[in-house]
Amino acid sequence: MIQMKNVYKKYPNGIVALNGLNVEIEQGEFVYIVGPSGAGKSTFIKMMYREERPSSGQMFVDDIDIATLKNRKVPMLRRQIGVVFQDFKLLTKLSVYENVAFALEVIEEKPADIKKRVMEVLDLVGLKHKAKMFPTELSGGEQQRVSIARSIVNMPKVMIADEPTGNLDPDTAWDIMNLFERINKAGTTIIMATHNQQIVNTRRHRVIAIEGGLIVRDVAGGDYGYEG
Amino acid sequence: MKARTLVRHFKESFKSIGRNSWMTFASVSAVTVTLLLVGVSVLIMMNLNKVADDLENDVEIKVFVSLDAEEETVQNLESQISELPGVESTNFSTKEEELTDLVLDFGDELSLFEQNNPLFDVFYVKAVDPQQTEQVATDIAALENIENVEYGKDKIEKLFNFLNGGRYVGLILILALLFTAMFLISNTIRITIVARRREIEIMKLVGATNWFVRIPFILEGMWLGILGSLVPIGLVALLYKEITDFAQPRLTGELFQLLEFTPFIYQVSALILMMGVFIGIWGSFMSIRKFLRV
Repeated sequence: MIQMKNVYKKYPNGIVALNGLNVEIEQGEFVYIVGPSGAGKSTFIKMMYREERPSSGQMFVDDIDIATLKNRKVPMLRRQIGVVFQDFKLLTKLSVYENVAFALEVIEEKPADIKKRVMEVLDLVGLKHKAKMFPTELSGGEQQRVSIARSIVNMPKVMIADEPTGNLDPDTAWDIMNLFERINKAGTTIIMATHNQQIVNTRRHRVIAIEGGLIVRDVAGGDYGYEG
Repeated sequence: MKARTLVRHFKESFKSIGRNSWMTFASVSAVTVTLLLVGVSVLIMMNLNKVADDLENDVEIKVFVSLDAEEETVQNLESQISELPGVESTNFSTKEEELTDLVLDFGDELSLFEQNNPLFDVFYVKAVDPQQTEQVATDIAALENIENVEYGKDKIEKLFNFLNGGRYVGLILILALLFTAMFLISNTIRITIVARRREIEIMKLVGATNWFVRIPFILEGMWLGILGSLVPIGLVALLYKEITDFAQPRLTGELFQLLEFTPFIYQVSALILMMGVFIGIWGSFMSIRKFLRV
């Protein structure tokens, strides 16, 4: 699903974020990306949906060559990938339903399909009854569930989550994790960058630790491995 | 692109205009002022051109025929001149007719010359292209039985230089104004875009194509340009109506005329509208570019 060979990333300001990274992630895996701030986690995540390009090395996502992908082909890549952020990135002027439908409208899906599909995912994340509410009327956990609904509404093969529980209280974080597990069980690859030691140590999955732009540890069912 | 997508883009662009009503107002006013200036400049320029053309077309070469030329020679000469390249028309005037004109212009004292007319028979020659007057005059002077050729060389050249200079200055002025308007529209669109940055970011993240993101903003820029062109079109038409109503009767029979109200005003209106649309589209294009690099 995802292959990286000697991926190197140097930003224009001279900072080397990735320093020859090698990794392979299979379809259907659940992977935690851990490591201290500034270790290269974000760059690693951003490359998957081609917000950043590798400076050198090879990288494939679902057989799409990220290094040589033309700008006008990027939308096709992103339709294969759902992205969830720590700050949810919801549109406050749109209702819950509209926020999720937005993801399908902009890729020009049929209106009838949009309606059906949006109600399905809202049901999945348990927010069908709040479809007409606005993001500001929801709790943080509910907002994150909306953003998860939006990220999976076009049935991507991979879901990428950058600190999805970072802004949530522990109980809500567990709700979100349960949701991720269900999405993963349905066959979607999940790659999740996190600082949440408790979650990583309890819900055991593959753990990839990045430090100084390199993978320093890659253990199936491993623990968080850092203090706090 | 699908029809329903297009409908969506149109709706989005209208919504955005309403949402940023103050910014819309500001940039539409800016475009209005600019296009008004452009419209008035166009009126002036085109009419100056018209006056120049009229005056140019009025430039004649005066050919004095030798005194000793026989009547037959004169007729010969007329056909020789008409056959020269670049000659549009020749008009013969005998020395008696010339004297009558002089008497009309300068008074009866000159009528005593009727006894002993000192004037020449004259051909009045027009060149097809007024700018070729000099060449035609040289060609005529080379013919036989010509006493002299006059065409107010210096005056004509000065006039042409002045008019050509005026055209360039006007053109530069208009370009500068257009540039300003484009800059203003592009600024407005930029503010709209900044306000909707998050929306654009999400659109890009869920896989919207660049054109999908771009089109509503381009449409919005276009509406700003069109809205900004309405008042100038109206005012320029009113203004020109007044001018032509005032000037037309006073210029009847003069050497030059102003351009007729129609179809000239339709052309000017179309031009203003097209400029509005163009600067609107171009302005938004310029400001979207960097926001699409998500």
